[in-house]
Amino acid sequence: MKEMNMIESLNSALDNMLEKHDNVVIFGEDVGYFGGVFRVTDGLQEKHGLQRVFDAPLAEGGIAAIAFGMGLNGLRPIAEIQFADYIFPAYDQIVNEIAKIRHRSGGEFSTPLTIRTPAGGGIKGGHHHSQSPESQFTHTPGLKVVYCSNPNNAKGLLTSAIESNDPVIFFEPKRCYRGPFYGDPHNVPTWKGHPKAEVPDGYYSIPLEKAEVILQGNSCTVIAWGAMVHVAEQGIRDSGVDAELIDLQTLLPWDRDTVVNSVKKTGRCVIVHEAPKTSGFGAEMSASIQERCFWHLESPIIRVTGWDTPFPHTTEWDYLPSPARIAEAIKKTQEA
Amino acid sequence: MSQMSENKGRTMENYTVPDAPFRPGDKADFGQKWKEQPSDLDRPDPVESSALDTEKHAHGLIRVLGDDNTASGEWDPKLDANELIRGLEMMMRLRIFDDRMIKMQRTGKLSFYMRSLGEEAVAIAQTMALDEKDWVFPSYRQPGAQFVRGRDMVSMICHCIGNTEDNIRGRQMPVHYSWKEGHFISISSPVGTQFSQAVGVAMASAYKGEDQATITWLGDGTSAQGDFHYGLNFASVFKPPVILNVVNNQWAISTHKNLATGGSNFAARGLAYDIPSLRVDGNDFLALYSVTKWARERARAGKGATYIEVYTYRAGAHSSSDDPTRYRPGDEFKCWPGGDPVDRLKDHLIKIGAWSEDKNIELTEKIDSEVIAAYKEACTFGDLANGPFPPSSTIFTEVYEEVPWHIQEQREELGK
Repeated sequence: MKEMNMIESLNSALDNMLEKHDNVVIFGEDVGYFGGVFRVTDGLQEKHGLQRVFDAPLAEGGIAAIAFGMGLNGLRPIAEIQFADYIFPAYDQIVNEIAKIRHRSGGEFSTPLTIRTPAGGGIKGGHHHSQSPESQFTHTPGLKVVYCSNPNNAKGLLTSAIESNDPVIFFEPKRCYRGPFYGDPHNVPTWKGHPKAEVPDGYYSIPLEKAEVILQGNSCTVIAWGAMVHVAEQGIRDSGVDAELIDLQTLLPWDRDTVVNSVKKTGRCVIVHEAPKTSGFGAEMSASIQERCFWHLESPIIRVTGWDTPFPHTTEWDYLPSPARIAEAIKKTQEA
Repeated sequence: MSQMSENKGRTMENYTVPDAPFRPGDKADFGQKWKEQPSDLDRPDPVESSALDTEKHAHGLIRVLGDDNTASGEWDPKLDANELIRGLEMMMRLRIFDDRMIKMQRTGKLSFYMRSLGEEAVAIAQTMALDEKDWVFPSYRQPGAQFVRGRDMVSMICHCIGNTEDNIRGRQMPVHYSWKEGHFISISSPVGTQFSQAVGVAMASAYKGEDQATITWLGDGTSAQGDFHYGLNFASVFKPPVILNVVNNQWAISTHKNLATGGSNFAARGLAYDIPSLRVDGNDFLALYSVTKWARERARAGKGATYIEVYTYRAGAHSSSDDPTRYRPGDEFKCWPGGDPVDRLKDHLIKIGAWSEDKNIELTEKIDSEVIAAYKEACTFGDLANGPFPPSSTIFTEVYEEVPWHIQEQREELGK
């Protein structure tokens, strides 16, 4: 075990995969010589060579298509889209091509690739460096969608994503690269001393499709992913309620059993995500939970989400779900 | 896991991965001076020229300002000295403005900044060559166009520091200016999107029968995006009054232009789209002005698009978040044969007896005090470090023309 921040643990996962599998290649904008604008691929080109870690032309649609082709022909490409906000030129390749090739070819062809992309707000990134577009991919059959939240699961989940024979969209909460985020912009902790900063140095994987129970509790189930896991943890502390916190980790396919068992136990549920509410992944979860837990629910399921508006710049703390909004929702579930 | 294999090591290179010519620790060497001279290239008739007539202009380098600081050749726009002084003044203003904004960024008064350093001539000379009502579709290194159209610096700073007077209500990052009065479209972070949009704007002008051109720019790196090719192809097919520029400043953050094209020339790509194409020294104010006038004449005559490679060098960091010394020699700009665009115009004006070092110092001081006054005034309306900001209710407005019920409910839930 070694203490790492999320950038270091992602770098470690990529380094391990390059060493273990000679068909792994990494490319994207600024990922080669420079090592990525967030430094996630730092040192990998120098260590593994230009053929395996390289800069791509600035063309997300092209990057996705090249990954498709490489994956189809025996490689295991890891493409970086520099910000999730920039993924949309690649949307056609991802949704119509990458996600569907296995099915449309009757299983003859498939493309095992991973698209890593920093997502989410909290860095004063405005409209186009802050969005969290996971639900635009969870609506696409054929993809796996993963959202890590800490150094430990970042490495474990990324390893599984790379080794998956299905295409994976891997979201990294950029606000948590260097430390957890508890919803207070003036409190900027690092990962130092955090239990989830303990990461195995060598090969390490966490299975996809499994959620993790972060806090055990009996009075309310709170579900979150990405940076919102930590904000929700703060919200639970502030609420004083004995709530259970679930880090979903993989959104597609999601770990319904863990969630359903928890809600059956607590009878109450709050879902937190920073993406807009309408058609957000919380809507899917809420519907599925009531289908299976209706007779166990003591109060309505509440979603605490980003607003149905573009992501703002100066007022981002009023956009992102805050511990106060989450605490209020948790307390509201206790009223019934 | 059937497709996986354990690492057996690689011994051969199977595809080419280009590198930048110079890296930290190297001595950059682009040659001392441009081989191309102002007398090299003729100025063909803009109205009669086809793409084929511009073949040597696309492969050469259009210059007006020679190494001796005189203006010569067929492309000399023969601008009045007062116009040149106006251009110099705006370039100096942009540089001083950028320096002030970077200082403010370091104190937290704005979140982020992008300078135009070394590329000041591009937007300023090119916009000066246009009509006042022509549309401007910039990338993030052409805010200088706003000076040409007379935008108030206080208003620009208020946007950058996201205060209560920011005309876009703190919604976008700094430098993402929007200014309707100046026909200056709101800048978007996803690179290149403006390039093809500009062609649509120009088609609308043509549809309406108005003599209104549209100018747009993107970078060498961004020319890899689909939008670049959409723009060129629609412009080739529909021939609307549009001026399409690739600012080849060698770098896209850390990505060298060698990653944007397997060749070495961006201008010649336009010939394949059958669009008249020019390659111009982007640090030569007069040449930039002149090629843009040429393109504007074509637009006015209904001859369609012109495509221009602006050959220059990004002297500063990509942005305040970038550290270029990690991927290129720190003094690379000093080795650039095109020199400094501001110095070159100043030296020319001195050469023709229209300017002096003393006047230059005086003007620098005047602009400096104006910029400081503007920034102090802007700060009275708040800044990013201290507020006040636009009210949080602005999160919910202007998403649609009218606020729909579900967004109204969310606004009430926030309670601000």
